[in-house]
Amino acid sequence: MGFIEFIELAIGFELSALVRRRKNRMDLMDMKDISPDQVIFWQWGPVSINATITFTWLVMALMVIGSWLITRRLSADVRLSRWQNLLEVVVDGIRKEIREISQQEPDAYLYFVGTLFLFILISNILSIIPGYVAPTSSLSTTAGLAVCVFAAVPVYGILRRGLRGYLRQYIKPTPFMLPFNIIGELSRTLALAVRLFGNMMSGTKIVAILLAITPLIFPIVMHALGLLTGVIQAYIFAVLAMVYIASATRIQEQKKDNQEEEKGEDS
Amino acid sequence: MDSISLIGMASVITAGLTIGIGAIGPALGEGRSVAQALSSMAQQPDEANRITRTLFVGLAMIESTAIYAFVVSMILLFANPFWDHVVSKAGG
Repeated sequence: MGFIEFIELAIGFELSALVRRRKNRMDLMDMKDISPDQVIFWQWGPVSINATITFTWLVMALMVIGSWLITRRLSADVRLSRWQNLLEVVVDGIRKEIREISQQEPDAYLYFVGTLFLFILISNILSIIPGYVAPTSSLSTTAGLAVCVFAAVPVYGILRRGLRGYLRQYIKPTPFMLPFNIIGELSRTLALAVRLFGNMMSGTKIVAILLAITPLIFPIVMHALGLLTGVIQAYIFAVLAMVYIASATRIQEQKKDNQEEEKGEDS
Repeated sequence: MDSISLIGMASVITAGLTIGIGAIGPALGEGRSVAQALSSMAQQPDEANRITRTLFVGLAMIESTAIYAFVVSMILLFANPFWDHVVSKAGG
């Protein structure tokens, strides 16, 4: 092998390595990674900071600082800042949705369900920024959110109906349904986690695959579709959480209403 | 045939079959529900908002079945535990 050929080969290797490194830095996630947990930014012994944790904290900081800045100077006047107007529209919309779904006053559920919705929505929408990976495309994040819903259902149910009233709904049609009710509770938590994870992961994965096949226009179209899916999935996660909580808190009131109706008919 | 190529072949074929067969049912279900929602929106345009919202929630629930199939096929392709086991055994 001649000297010049060797130099050319070395330059070629160097260039390809550079391209590969650059591509990794641009995309953050390799095509082989299906979770941002596998992208590790910083490691010290057993402690490691991966992309999921980083972006989760980024989203949380953005939400907390943003809403602190906006609500610092609230005005009850007719003249209000545009950001206050935006927040009022968002909060009022969430309250209206909760009232419609649960047929109850929304104040008790606003904080939990609204926070879930806004967190998932913002972390999904921010994926339009290059170099950002939605923390919801990791199964750990979505499993954590689903576990929050799983824990919130009995808390709200017991607060609203008492321990006996809440536990009685597990043997509702007959005591034979007890195992099925428990399995249903667990499987809907699993479904909640895997649904959000699968939708977000499939969005990023399809864009990555299309970038390798047809890099010109199609990835943009699929990315837009992914944004739409992200918004819808945030809405659906919040709606399902609200439906689960409402089903644990509502039954007693319906029964009371029925009894009152019967009494009214009797008298 | 050694076990590496056997496992690789089985994973790839199964991943394709998983997403292929798994997409049939949700596709039929989504088509039915969209058709029904469109016809009911044509009959009652006043209720279009409520129907659309329920439709989106229902579509996402139906679609999650296809998403489960997709997740399984992605695991088979990119995070296959059997493949990793065999490769690590062969390598080390």
